[in-house]
Amino acid sequence: MSDVVEKTLTALPGLLSLDLQTGAGKLSSTSKLGNLIRGITELTSKHDEEKLIKRELAAIKEQVSSPNTTMRQMKEIMVRSIYCEMLGYEADFSYIHAIKLAQQGSVLEKRVGYLAVSLFLNENHELLLLLVNTVLKDLQSTNLIEVCMALTVVSQIFPRDMIPAILPLVEEKLNHPKEIIRRKAVQALHKFYLIAPNQVQHIHSKFRKALCDKDPGVMAASLHIYLQMIKESADSYRDLAGSFVTILKQVVGGKLPVDYNYHSVPAPWVQIQLLRILALLGKDDQSTSELMYDVLDESIRRAEISHNITYAILFECVKTIYTIHPKEELLEKAAKCIGNFVLSPKINLKYLGLKALTYVVQQDANLALQHQMTIIECLDHSDIIIKRETLELLFRITNAQNVTVIVEKMLDFLRLCHEDYAIIDLVAKVAELAEKYPFRTPCPHLTPNNRWFIETMSTIFTVGGELMQPDIPSNFLRLLAEGSDSLEDDRQLRMYAVDSYVSLLQTNPTKLPQRFLQVISWVLGEYSHLVDDLSPCLVIELLVRLLERPDVASDTRSWVMTAVGKLSAGAGVGKLSAGTGAGGGTGEGAGLVQRVAQQHSSSLDTQLRQQALELQLLSQDPELHARVLPRGDAWGSLEVDSSLSFLDGFVSEALASGAAPYKPPHQRQEELRQEKALSLEPYALSLPISLSSCSIADRQSPTLLSISSGLSGNSAELAHRAGSGSLKLEGVKRVWGKDGYLPHQREVPEEPSVPQEDSAPAPPTFPQQSSALTPPSADPSEEDRDKQQLASSLFVGLSSNNSTCLMGKPEAPAPQRFRRKHKNTDSASASSSSDSSHSPHDAANHFLYSSLLEEGPASPIMLTQNSLAPSNRTEANGTHTRGDAPVLPTANGVADVGDREAPPSLTTANEAPSPGVGGHRDPPLLMGGMELVQPCPPPPAPTASTQSSAEGADTPQLPELPPESDHLPPESDHLPPELRNLPHSDMSPLASDQSLSLSCCRVHREDALVLVLQMSNACGAALLDVSVELQCHELKVASLRGNALESLPAQSVRVCWYTLLMEAPHTHVMVTGSVSYREESGPSHTLEISSKLSLADFLRPLVLSTEEYGKLWLSLSQDVKQNLKLLDPDGDPLCSSLSVLKDKLQLHVVDIIGSEGIVACKLLQGAPCLLHCRVHAGALAVWLRSPVPGLPDCLLYHLQRALQER
Amino acid sequence: MDSVKASQPNSGHRCPERYTFLKFFDAALNQLSLSSAPLQIRFLLLFSRQGKVRLQKWYAPTPEREKKKVMRDMTTLVLARKPRTCNFLDWRDLKIVYKRYASLYFCCGLENQDNELLALEVLHRFVELLDKYFGNVCELDIIFNFEKAYFILDEFLMGGEILETSKTSVSKAIEASDLLQETMEEYMSKPAF
Repeated sequence: MSDVVEKTLTALPGLLSLDLQTGAGKLSSTSKLGNLIRGITELTSKHDEEKLIKRELAAIKEQVSSPNTTMRQMKEIMVRSIYCEMLGYEADFSYIHAIKLAQQGSVLEKRVGYLAVSLFLNENHELLLLLVNTVLKDLQSTNLIEVCMALTVVSQIFPRDMIPAILPLVEEKLNHPKEIIRRKAVQALHKFYLIAPNQVQHIHSKFRKALCDKDPGVMAASLHIYLQMIKESADSYRDLAGSFVTILKQVVGGKLPVDYNYHSVPAPWVQIQLLRILALLGKDDQSTSELMYDVLDESIRRAEISHNITYAILFECVKTIYTIHPKEELLEKAAKCIGNFVLSPKINLKYLGLKALTYVVQQDANLALQHQMTIIECLDHSDIIIKRETLELLFRITNAQNVTVIVEKMLDFLRLCHEDYAIIDLVAKVAELAEKYPFRTPCPHLTPNNRWFIETMSTIFTVGGELMQPDIPSNFLRLLAEGSDSLEDDRQLRMYAVDSYVSLLQTNPTKLPQRFLQVISWVLGEYSHLVDDLSPCLVIELLVRLLERPDVASDTRSWVMTAVGKLSAGAGVGKLSAGTGAGGGTGEGAGLVQRVAQQHSSSLDTQLRQQALELQLLSQDPELHARVLPRGDAWGSLEVDSSLSFLDGFVSEALASGAAPYKPPHQRQEELRQEKALSLEPYALSLPISLSSCSIADRQSPTLLSISSGLSGNSAELAHRAGSGSLKLEGVKRVWGKDGYLPHQREVPEEPSVPQEDSAPAPPTFPQQSSALTPPSADPSEEDRDKQQLASSLFVGLSSNNSTCLMGKPEAPAPQRFRRKHKNTDSASASSSSDSSHSPHDAANHFLYSSLLEEGPASPIMLTQNSLAPSNRTEANGTHTRGDAPVLPTANGVADVGDREAPPSLTTANEAPSPGVGGHRDPPLLMGGMELVQPCPPPPAPTASTQSSAEGADTPQLPELPPESDHLPPESDHLPPELRNLPHSDMSPLASDQSLSLSCCRVHREDALVLVLQMSNACGAALLDVSVELQCHELKVASLRGNALESLPAQSVRVCWYTLLMEAPHTHVMVTGSVSYREESGPSHTLEISSKLSLADFLRPLVLSTEEYGKLWLSLSQDVKQNLKLLDPDGDPLCSSLSVLKDKLQLHVVDIIGSEGIVACKLLQGAPCLLHCRVHAGALAVWLRSPVPGLPDCLLYHLQRALQER
Repeated sequence: MDSVKASQPNSGHRCPERYTFLKFFDAALNQLSLSSAPLQIRFLLLFSRQGKVRLQKWYAPTPEREKKKVMRDMTTLVLARKPRTCNFLDWRDLKIVYKRYASLYFCCGLENQDNELLALEVLHRFVELLDKYFGNVCELDIIFNFEKAYFILDEFLMGGEILETSKTSVSKAIEASDLLQETMEEYMSKPAF
C-alpha cells in the first residue's frame, strides 16, 4: 500500500472503509482475479503478458461453456473477462454470458452482468436485443435495486428500436415514490431523447413535472433534458425562463440540502446547468434576459471563495452574460472576472481566461487591449496549450492592419507543431485570414500585399502538406481565377505567383507536398503566359522534370500533364500568342512537348496515358487546342449543367421500372442520424443558419472551419463562430455582432491611456510592422521593448480611435466573400469544366470539382430567399390574385378563371366547387391531373348507354338526362349534376365499334375518385342488355349501380359511374373491364376497355396548420428523400415549382419560409403524406414522410414527372 | 453450449480480418458520434504512471480500434506533460482534462466547448467518492475492485452527464446495493470455486 492516494479531503466518514481495505488485501491473495492481477504485475515483458492473458482467456472460455458453472462462479469469471477486455484483449465469447448473467443471476450477480454488458457492448451491437426482455422484467420487479440497475443500464446502452417496448414502464417510474428511481427514470428518458427524440415527444409535460420535483436530484436530472431541448428550440421554452431563474435563485441562495454542497459551494453542477439554460433562453430576447439579470448578479457576487469550482461557475456566468441581451453593469462585472482569470498566476485559470477572452473579444475588443501584455506573455508561454489558445484569441482580433503580424505568429507556431489536428485547424485559419485580407486593404500598398499573400499561401501549402483540407487549395485557385475588381491587381498577383513558383521549382522542388505541386502546376499552366520574359519552354521543362520524379503521385502527374497541355500552345506551334518574347524556343518547345507525349503515351498509368495521347493530338492541332483549352478567362463562359438534368429522363425511367431512388451520401447519413436532423429545424425561422449548418454537417469534414466560412456568405460572425471550434459557439448576438462594437465605445474611457499609447506607435505600413517583430537591438530593456512593440503591432486597430476600422472588420469581409460566393456556382462549374473538358476522367480535377461544387449552391439561395418570402406567403395562403400570375406561369389562364368564378381558396380541390365551371374551364388542379394522364390514355369498348347518377354514393339512381344530351352535347353535360361542379377531366374516348362508343372521365370527389363511363349509341337501333364490368385488383371499386341497362335507345347517351379508392399506393393502376351488349336483332358484342389511372387522381390536399404539420411529421415513419429538378431557377424557383406541384398533384402548400416549403396531401383513404421541400444546390430537395410504406416513393415519381413535363 | 458457438461469428466485429473492411464503417460511425452525440464527456480513463489502464469508460459509441488509439495517445500525451503546465490538452477536436492523484492519472475527453474547470472538478468529485467508499483510496483498491469503481462511476456519471451531485446520495445508492451482498469480509475470504 505504498501508493497511498494523495489526500485531498481532510475528514471523511469511513464506515465501510476499514473492511474494504483489509478486504482488498485478502482478495489479492485468494481469488483468481487477485492471482491474475498479481501475475500480470509481476511480468516484465508485453509478450509474457500476452501469453498469460491468452491462457487466462482460454480457461475462462472453458469455464463459461461448462454447464456446471454456477451463476456465482459466472460472476467471478465475468469480472475477470472485464479485466482482460480492459487490458485490450478480446473476450467476445463472454458477451453472451454477460447477458445471461444479467438475466438469470441473483441481484448481485445481475449487477455484475449488467456492468459487463454495458462495458462490453456498444449501442449497435446485435446481442443487445437479447437484453431487452431482462430489462423489461427487472423494470417490473418489486425489488428497488433491480429496478435501479435496469434503469442504469437503459440509460447507458439500449437499442433504439426497442425503446417503445420499455417506454411505458420507464414513464411510469416517473411517479415512483423513491426519488432515486424517479431520478434514474428521468435520466433514462434523457437518453431516449438523445437517441430518438420522436419517441418521447408525448411526455414533455412529464418533464415539467420532473423539473418541479421536490427532490433536487430529480430536478437536476431533468435539467439535462431541458438543456438539450432548449438547444434545439429555445422559443418553445421561453415560458420556463422564470422557473429556471427561481430555481437558480434558490440554489445560489443555499436553499438546497447541505449534502449537495461541494466544497461549500451549493450544488455547483446544477448552477452551471441552469446558467447554460439561461444563456440559451436569453439569447436574442431582451425581455427574457431581463428576468435573469438579478440572479446573474447574485451568482457572481456569491462566487467568491477561491476554489476551482467557483471559477467554473464564474466562467459560465461570464459566458451567459455575454450571450444574453447585454446589460452594461453586468458586462462590467464579467469583464472584471475575465481580468481576474487572465491575470491569475494559476495556469488553469489563465487558460480559462484566455478562452473567455476569445469568446468575448468579438463583442468587446477593448478587453483584449486591456490585457495585451498578458496576451503577449502567453504567446511565448512554455505550455503549448496556452500558446495555442492565445493564437485562437489573436485570430479573433485580426484586422487588416495586424493580419501580417498575427499570421506570422501562427506560422511560427505551425512550423514547430507536430500535431495533425492542430495543423489542420491552424492552416485553415491562416488560409482564411490570408484570403480575407489581401484584396481589400484600403491602403495603396498592394505590392507587398501580393507578395505576402502568395508567400503565406506557399508556407501554408508547404507546412500543411497533405493534411490540410482540400478546399484550401481550391479556394486559393478560385481566388486567383476569379480575381478582384481590378484587372491590373489580378495580373500582378498572378504574375507574382508564377514568378515565385518558377523560382521554387528551380531551386528545390523535392520537398514540396503533392497538393502544392498541383497548385503550382495549375497556376503555371494557366498564367505563365502573363509573364513576358518567361519562356514557356522553361516552364514546360520544369514541369516535365516533375513528371520524371518518382515521388510525384499519379494524380499530381495528371495536373502537371494538364498544365503542359495548356502551355503547349504557347511553346509549340505558337501561332496564338507565343511569338515575341519567347520566340527563340518555339521549335524546341514543340519538340519537348512531343517528346513528353511520346514518353508517356505508353505509361502504365492509364490516366496519364490518355492525357499524353490527348496532348499529342492537341499540340499538333492549334485550332483544336484553342477550342479545347482557350486561354485566359475565356473559359469563364463555359456552362455546365451541374444538376445533371439531362439525366432526368433516364432516372425517371429507372424509377418507373422499380429502381430505388438515389440518395446522395449526405442524405443517407442524415437518415442514419434521422432524429433531429431536419425534423425540428425546418419550421423554425432561422433559415440561413440552419441551412448552412445543415450543409456543414453534410460535409463531414474533419474541421468545419473553411467550409463554414465559405458558406456563411452573408454573415461574418457566422464564419467566426464556426471557425472557432474551441468556444461555445452560440454566443454571438445580432445586436452585438456586426455593429457590435458601437456600444463599447462608451466603455473606452475606462482605460483611456492604453489605447492612445498603442494607437500612436501603430505604423501605417506593413513593412515597418513586421520589422518590429525582429528588432536587432540588444540593450537590457530589450525584451520589454520587444513586447511593447509586438503589442503595438498586434493590437493595432483595436484601439479606440481605430474603432471604426474595427467595426468594419467583421462586416467588411462579408461583401467580399459574398461576391466570391455569388460567382461561386458559375466559377465552380466553369473551372471544373475547363479542366474536365480535356480530361474527363481526371481524378485530380475531381478533387477540384467536387469541393467547389459542393460548396457552391448555398449562396444563391441565401441571396434570394429574403426576396422570395413575401410572394411565397401570399401564394401559400392560396389567394390567387392576378398579381401572382407571373409567379405561376403555368397556371396563368386558370388563375384568371379562379379570379372570376371561384373563392380565393379555389386551388384546394375539396373546397366548395365554384358553380358553373365548364368542362373546359377546370380549376387548375384538374388541368394538372389531366395533363398527367393524357400522355397515356389507352382506350376501350362499346355498349348501350347507361346513365347513372346518385343521390348518395351508395344508392346511385338513373335520372333522365336532359333532352339535349341525346344529341351529343358538350361532354360534361352528361355528368350527373352533382358531379358536374366537381373538378373533372375531359371525356376521353376509350373504345368504340360501329354501334357503341365509350368514353370516360375522372371526377375528383372529395372522398373518392369517380370514374364516369359514358356510353353513346351511335347506331339507329336501340342496344339491349348493356352491362358493364369493371375491375381492378389494386383498387377498391365500388358503387356499381348503373352498370346494367335493359336498353340504350338509338342515338342516346347514358353514363354509369364508379367510385374508386386506392388502398395501397401505386404509381399507376390499370382499370380494365368490358362492356357487353346485344343488338336488337343480332348477336351480342363485347368491348374491352381499360384505363390507366395515376396516383395523382387519388390524392387530395391535406389542409393543415404548420404546427399540426410539425406534429404529424414527427409521428410518421416512412421517409424518402430525393432531389428533383427545380423549375424557373432564375425567378422564384421554390414558389413556382411548388405551385406547379400543387396544381398538378393536388397538394396543399402549408407554408413557405425562405428556401423551404412544406406541403401536405393525403391519399383518398386518409393516409397523409407530408413533403418537406428545400431548394438546395440548384435542385429541389424533397423529403417525404408518410405512415404508408409505398406512398412516398409513388408520390415522388409523380413529383418528378410533374416537374419534368413542365 | 450451442449458443456460444453461434454467437461467435455474430460478434465478429472484432475479428481482425474484418478490420480493413470495417475501417470505413468505423470512420463513418466515428464521424457520426462526433457530430451527433451531444455528450459532454466522451470518455473517462484512469491509468497509472506506467501507462497501465486501470479503468475506462466510454460515453459515446467508439470502435475498438479507436479506443486503443485513444488510450495510447492519452497515456503518451498526458505522461509527457511537464510540471507546471495546465491540466488541459487539445487532442483532435476534443479537450482532454487530466489530473494526477498520487500514482493514478484521471483523464477525460470533453466536447470542445465545455467548461474545462468544471470537468476537473468532476474528476475530483469522483476521487472523493472513491475515497469515501474505499476509505483512503489507493491505486490497489481500484485495481482489485475495479468493478466497484465502475458501480460508483455509474451512479455518479451517466451518459457523460453528472447524474448525482450529492455525495451522500451516491454512497447511499452504492451501500444499498452492497447491503444485499454478503459482508465484504465474507465475500473476499470465500474461495472462488
